[in-house]
Amino acid sequence: MGLALMALIWLITLVSTYFFVAKTWWLPMGASAATHWIDGQFALTFVIMGIVFVAAQLSLGYLVWRYRETPSSPPVEYSHGHNTLEVTWTVLTTILFVGLNLMGSSVWASQRFDAAEAGAVQVEVTGMQFAWYFRYPGPDGKYGKTSVNLMDPSAGGEAAVGLSQTDPAAKDDVVTGTMYLPVDREVDVSLRAVDVIHSFFVPSLRFKQDTVPGLNIHMHFKPTAVGEYEIACAELCGLGHYKMHGMVHVVSQEDFDKWLAAREAEKQ
Amino acid sequence: MTTPVDAHGAPQGFIRKYIFSLDHKVIGLQYFFLALTAVFVGMFLSLLMRIHLVWPAAVLPLVGEIKPEMYLSLLTMHGTIMVFFVLTTAPQGGFGNYFLPIQIGAPDMAFPVLNMLSFWTTFVGFVVIIAAFFVTGGAPLHGWTGYAPLSALPSAGPGEQLGADLWITSIAIFCVASLMGALNFITTTLDLRAKGMTMMRMPLTVWSWFITAILGLLAFGVLLSAGILLLMDRNLGTSFYVPLVVVNGQIMGHKGGSPLLWQHLFWFFGHPEVYIAILPGMGVASQILSTFSRKPIFGYKAMVYAMLTIGFLGFMVWGHHMFMSGMSPYSAFAFSILTMCIGVPSAIKTFNWLGTMYKGRIRFQTPMLYAIGFVSLFVSGGLSGPFLAQPVLDIQLHDTYFVVGHFHLIMGVAAIFGMFAATYYWFPKMFGRMMNERWGRVHFFLTLAGTYAIFMPMHYLGLAGGTRRYSQYTEVAYLQKLMPLHQFMTYAAIITIAAQFIFVINLFWSMFKGPKASDNPWESTTLEWTTATPPPHDNFGGVTPVVNHGPYEYGVPGAAKDYVMQTDPATSGGH
Repeated sequence: MGLALMALIWLITLVSTYFFVAKTWWLPMGASAATHWIDGQFALTFVIMGIVFVAAQLSLGYLVWRYRETPSSPPVEYSHGHNTLEVTWTVLTTILFVGLNLMGSSVWASQRFDAAEAGAVQVEVTGMQFAWYFRYPGPDGKYGKTSVNLMDPSAGGEAAVGLSQTDPAAKDDVVTGTMYLPVDREVDVSLRAVDVIHSFFVPSLRFKQDTVPGLNIHMHFKPTAVGEYEIACAELCGLGHYKMHGMVHVVSQEDFDKWLAAREAEKQ
Repeated sequence: MTTPVDAHGAPQGFIRKYIFSLDHKVIGLQYFFLALTAVFVGMFLSLLMRIHLVWPAAVLPLVGEIKPEMYLSLLTMHGTIMVFFVLTTAPQGGFGNYFLPIQIGAPDMAFPVLNMLSFWTTFVGFVVIIAAFFVTGGAPLHGWTGYAPLSALPSAGPGEQLGADLWITSIAIFCVASLMGALNFITTTLDLRAKGMTMMRMPLTVWSWFITAILGLLAFGVLLSAGILLLMDRNLGTSFYVPLVVVNGQIMGHKGGSPLLWQHLFWFFGHPEVYIAILPGMGVASQILSTFSRKPIFGYKAMVYAMLTIGFLGFMVWGHHMFMSGMSPYSAFAFSILTMCIGVPSAIKTFNWLGTMYKGRIRFQTPMLYAIGFVSLFVSGGLSGPFLAQPVLDIQLHDTYFVVGHFHLIMGVAAIFGMFAATYYWFPKMFGRMMNERWGRVHFFLTLAGTYAIFMPMHYLGLAGGTRRYSQYTEVAYLQKLMPLHQFMTYAAIITIAAQFIFVINLFWSMFKGPKASDNPWESTTLEWTTATPPPHDNFGGVTPVVNHGPYEYGVPGAAKDYVMQTDPATSGGH
């Protein structure tokens, strides 16, 4: 029985670890400036937790087999514990866990506590059941007013986000269903939701942020590779949650300018 | 002092004895069977979910074709039923009720009437949540976490009408029941311990129920208030959780509320709830590992302090569920560091469990197999915690299957293994007969391998960005590529679920046909093994036990047997 149990625990441990190490299923290729830091912290955490996982499971399996009761087993060691050992592993795990945490903190801080770089592209992201809309402020660099009274999700586009028809700043605002971004330039996104909570998740850009009704959340990130990346809503938002999908097209600055100019031209 | 059992003599008649009983043992069994019913309902829902994910167009018997909204109802009800009516009900209400008084040498709980009331209130809560399936619009689709505004707006989706009202009402009723139970457990532990049963001689099971009760007292009150506010937002036009929103082009009549307020209140309950589910499992695992290793528990005091620390820190980490919510990114630091700190007492417990087996003489009866399985699952589920505790990694992992794998392993399956261990261990005392060992072992090996096969792949899914709570993976290209993992998990789930019938058949067959159990079949030391099997109405047959020893005196040098019961004379050696 001890042998069977050891075999099963070891087998589970080795198979589970194999797929982590082989990276059969892994983070998608990263395409943003944060990728380096986030993936580095992932790797570090994986190595440490992996070692602890394998060591703990293998020793569990071994102890179970080694100290099974047999007719020839020696009497047990009558012991209520060992204070020095308790203190040692308490201190060690504290240093390990807290240290690991502090190492990841700077990445978090740089993305959130500092403002976006000057000259960042402005994009407003709006989530609603079950679509994403992206608004660019246009040449004036100012978002026009929106109003809940004007919101008409069935009409899509500008009407869906309730863009004002009278505000001069709204005249050059561009609203699209696909997000276009220039490569290697910081993006200053402001995220909002009109009905329930959604979450703007772009795995390849290592970016996720809930969009919350009543809040306007500012974040920034920098795409570093041209390509098309999928957006998947990551907060349960109703029956169409599974199809609340969108695309981010990261293009060259030149293509981005062309695209934006074409959208402006369509508006006039 | 008058003991509570004086207030109620042995009951006469079927109803007073088995239905509205004041006897903590009967109430414990009532909780146990309620949870057993609930776990089969919850498990059936998860089976439907797994089948739908892999065969979305399948037309199933009883339920027909599963539509997206129905899938979301299934996951909402699965989570709610499992968390409240299984993970909270069985370990604490079931085993705690039955064995806490006996293990401290008390004739009953401090407040027997309150005890009866708390069970029947829980029962009403269960009836109400089941009713949500049958009302117009069906069960709610907002998930067990019920995030507002989705949960607060009847027009936000199917199931958000009467079904959602019943859902939150059921939770509120459950909170009231749990508060009554928690008061009873705390008072009983503090006031009704037998002579010689100092706090530091209490079995670790008693400590775990005691600490769980304190957590329950502090957490369920908050959830109750939060639930009442949600009901008001839904029905009375208040705006605690709902700002100005437009649903389907219609302006809702709310203004100025905060969706994050619900999350703060919910997780202030929700995180301690994780420990409410798992602490009793830790207690049972400690008790069984010591008994079946024939060795004192390694570091009894460290185990007690670790549980106290877990309970204390458990109230300061709720924000780690909200790193992506729009909460201040500065507060993420505090929540994150404190969450990492909670890993320390958890690691201490694991070290001590391994230390208990080290140089022991391990007996592999079914309770021990489940206790060892508990340790393995606790390690596996626990070690994904330090990933999720780091806000920067949460950017990728939040709301993916990585989280689903993490909490299922630790608060789902590990806690369930605690309950299985407890069932196999205490069954002889509760029913006077032994369960079948051979089928117990078969059940164990299938369940351990099966649960790992279901929940370990979820971590891979999450790393690849596999979002949770999607009724289909057909709309997003990168998610379609993960379907082979889903197929594997569904096959594993079907086999594992089928294996649970071995347990149920063994349970009911042994109840009537199992071999008669002796008073102390496992050669354990704690007080429940000193009394008759099953215990008489006042637990000790008119005798008041006197405690002379600590709870885990195994392998005592020079003692007559390899264990010293807690009630053995002080001269028998040991502590």
